[in-house]
Amino acid sequence: MLGVVNLAGASPQLPELTAYPPRRSRVHEASGPLAASFALWTAAQVGADLLWIREGWRSEQLNPLGFEGFDPSRLILIQTKDQTATLAVAEEALRDGAVPLVVLELTARIDLTAGRRLQLAARAGGTTGLCLIAEGMGLNAAETRWHCRPVFDPQDSTRQQWSLIKNKSGTIGALHVRWDSKAHRVTVVSPARE
Amino acid sequence: MFDGTQRRIVSLWFPRLASDRALRMHAQNGPFVLTLRQGSANRVHCLNEAAEARGLYRGMPFSDARAYCPDLSSLQADPQADRRFLGLLRRWATRWCPWVGIETPDGLVLDITGSSHIFGGEEVMIAALRARLCRAGLSVQIGTGDTRGAAWARAHHGEDAALEDLPVAALRLDPETVTSLQRMGLRSIGQLADSPRAPLARRFGAELLLRLDQALGRQAEQIGPEVDPPHYAVRMTLPEPIGLVSDVMAGTARLLERLCAKLKDHQAGARILCLSLRRVDRAASDVELRLARPMRDPARILPLFERGVAEVDAGFGIDQMRLEAVQVEPLPPEQVTHIGPRDPGRLDDLITRIGTRIGLENVQRFLPADSHIPERSFILVPAAYSRPERGWVAPRPRPLILFPPEPVVATGHEPPARFRWRGMSLTVGRATGPERIAPEWWLQDDNWRRGLRDYWRVETHQGRRLWMFHTPQNPGWFVQGEFA
Repeated sequence: MLGVVNLAGASPQLPELTAYPPRRSRVHEASGPLAASFALWTAAQVGADLLWIREGWRSEQLNPLGFEGFDPSRLILIQTKDQTATLAVAEEALRDGAVPLVVLELTARIDLTAGRRLQLAARAGGTTGLCLIAEGMGLNAAETRWHCRPVFDPQDSTRQQWSLIKNKSGTIGALHVRWDSKAHRVTVVSPARE
Repeated sequence: MFDGTQRRIVSLWFPRLASDRALRMHAQNGPFVLTLRQGSANRVHCLNEAAEARGLYRGMPFSDARAYCPDLSSLQADPQADRRFLGLLRRWATRWCPWVGIETPDGLVLDITGSSHIFGGEEVMIAALRARLCRAGLSVQIGTGDTRGAAWARAHHGEDAALEDLPVAALRLDPETVTSLQRMGLRSIGQLADSPRAPLARRFGAELLLRLDQALGRQAEQIGPEVDPPHYAVRMTLPEPIGLVSDVMAGTARLLERLCAKLKDHQAGARILCLSLRRVDRAASDVELRLARPMRDPARILPLFERGVAEVDAGFGIDQMRLEAVQVEPLPPEQVTHIGPRDPGRLDDLITRIGTRIGLENVQRFLPADSHIPERSFILVPAAYSRPERGWVAPRPRPLILFPPEPVVATGHEPPARFRWRGMSLTVGRATGPERIAPEWWLQDDNWRRGLRDYWRVETHQGRRLWMFHTPQNPGWFVQGEFA
C-alpha cells in the first residue's frame, strides 16, 4: 500500500486539495464515467440528505445496493420529464436550503443565464449544487469542474482518478482517490506506478 | 334507561326508499322499477305504486316485469347511494330530536321523549313530519310506541293498531320463525304473550322472547344515535370582490386557521387541501395542494399555497373562498425530543413544493426489495407516501450504475481477454467471478428469457470496471452495469 494522505490535512505537495470538498453556496460540475460516484462520496462526507434530480426517461439507473459510503435511505430521487423541469426543480431546491447538496443530471448544454441562475440560487440558499454533465458540455458559470474516471490498479479495485479541469479560484490538477470506509471519507492515494 | 317519564319512540319506515330517491331525480309518471343484478339475472329491486298496481312485485325477474307491463320504465339501482340518502335523512331528522338511529336498511328510529312539546305535542309533530316527507316525495309509514319494538311493529304492520292485535311478523323475527309460529296457531302478538314462555324458549331460542320483551317494554332497548363524521371544510364570503394575490393569501390564512383548529381537535392532519375561489361571474377555480406529510400547521401550509394562488385568474374579482381538506390522515401529537433531525419539516415542505410543480409521485425514494435479481433488489416509491427503510444488504459487491444488458461479442465461459464495448476497445486486467443468479421462474420476465446468468466483475486496463454476465444456457456475453 502506498502512502495515504487525508483530504482534511492537505499537504503542500498537493495544492489542488483545497478544491475538495466543493465550496458551499456554489454550483460545480462533474463529468466522466464515475461522476455519480463523485456525487455520492461528496454527499456521504456532508452526511445529510441528498436530492438527486434526473430525467425520468433515462434507461441508466442508480443501483442503491452499489452505493459505497452513502446510505440509500437518505437519497430523494426526483424524476422530471425534461431538462427545463430539472432546472426549475433544482433552482427551487437550491434556493430553499433544506438539503445541503443537490445533484442534477443534465442531458443537454445549458445556457449562461440558466447556469447563472443556479449559482444565484445556490448562494441564496447556502447550498451546494452539482451538475453531472457529459464530457465537453461544461459551462462558464461553474465554480469547479471535475472529470472522474476509474483507474486500473493491480492491488486495489476501487481506485479513481479525479481531475480538476476547471477551477475559478485556484489551481487545477489531478487526484487519485479511494473511499476509506473506516474513516468514512475520501482519501487520496499516490498514483500507481506504471 | 330513562326514568320518571314515559318514553316515546317514533319509527319511520320508507317502504319505497330506493325508487322514491330515483324518482326525486328523474320525475316521471307511470310504472317505474329499479333493477339490480343478482347472480346472472336482473331482478326488480324496488318499484313505485303504479308498478305495484300493475301486479309487479319485488324480486321478480326484470324480463318478466317488462313482459307484463310493456310501458315500464326502469333504472339501475344504486344501494350505496340509497344508504347515503338514508344517512342524509337521519341528519335531517335530528331537527326533531337529538336521538336518531338508523333501522337498516330503510328506516329511522327517533326517541322523541321530552322533545315533542316543542312542536306542539306528539300528534302535531307526527303530522308535520309526515307532511314534510310527503312534500319531499317520500312514501313513509310512521309508527309510535313506548318501546322501539312497538314503534317498529306499528310502522310496518298498521299505524294505529293495538300491539296485541298485530301479527307475530311485527316482532322483527326471521321468516322461518314466523312461519313456524303461524303453524302452531300463534298469529298475533297478544296470543304469543299469553302462551307459556318455557316451551317457546325451548323451541325457538332466546331470540323470540327477547324480541317479545323488547316490544312489550319488559326489556330495555337503546337507540344508538350516530355521530356525524367531522367535516373539514370552511368557507368565507366577502362583501366586496378581491383580486390581489396578497388579499387572497390573507383570506386563505384566515380559513387555514379555522381549518387547522378543527384538524387539531380531531388529531388529524390534512394530506390534500383544495382551495376553491369563486369569482363574481360565477366561474370557479380550484387550487389543489398535495402535501408530502399530513400537516395542520397554518404557518407552514400557507406559503405552500403561494404558487397555486399566483396562477389563478381572478377575472372581475373573487367573492367567495372555500377551503377543504379533501384527504385527512390521523396525526397524533408527537413528543418533542432533542434526538432526530433538527428541522424535519423543512424537507417535507420542499417535497410538497416540488410536488406541486412536477407531481408528487415523481419525488421518489429507494426501498429495499427481497430479490436476488439485480434490477428487482430495490423499488422506487413516492417519497411522500413512504418512510425511509434500513436493511440494505448486498451479498456481493454490486455496480453503482445499472443499464439494460448490452451484448458484446465473445465466446466461452470465462470473460474474454479483449472485447469492444460502446465503441471502446478494452483489455481485461482482472476478472472476479462467477456469481450465478437464477431467474425467478414464478415471475414472467422477458429480460430473463436467456436463463441463468453467471456474473463477473471485470476490471479493464483502461480503467472501466464492468459488470458482465454470461448466459450458459443460451451462450452470449452482456454488460449490465458499471462499478464505482
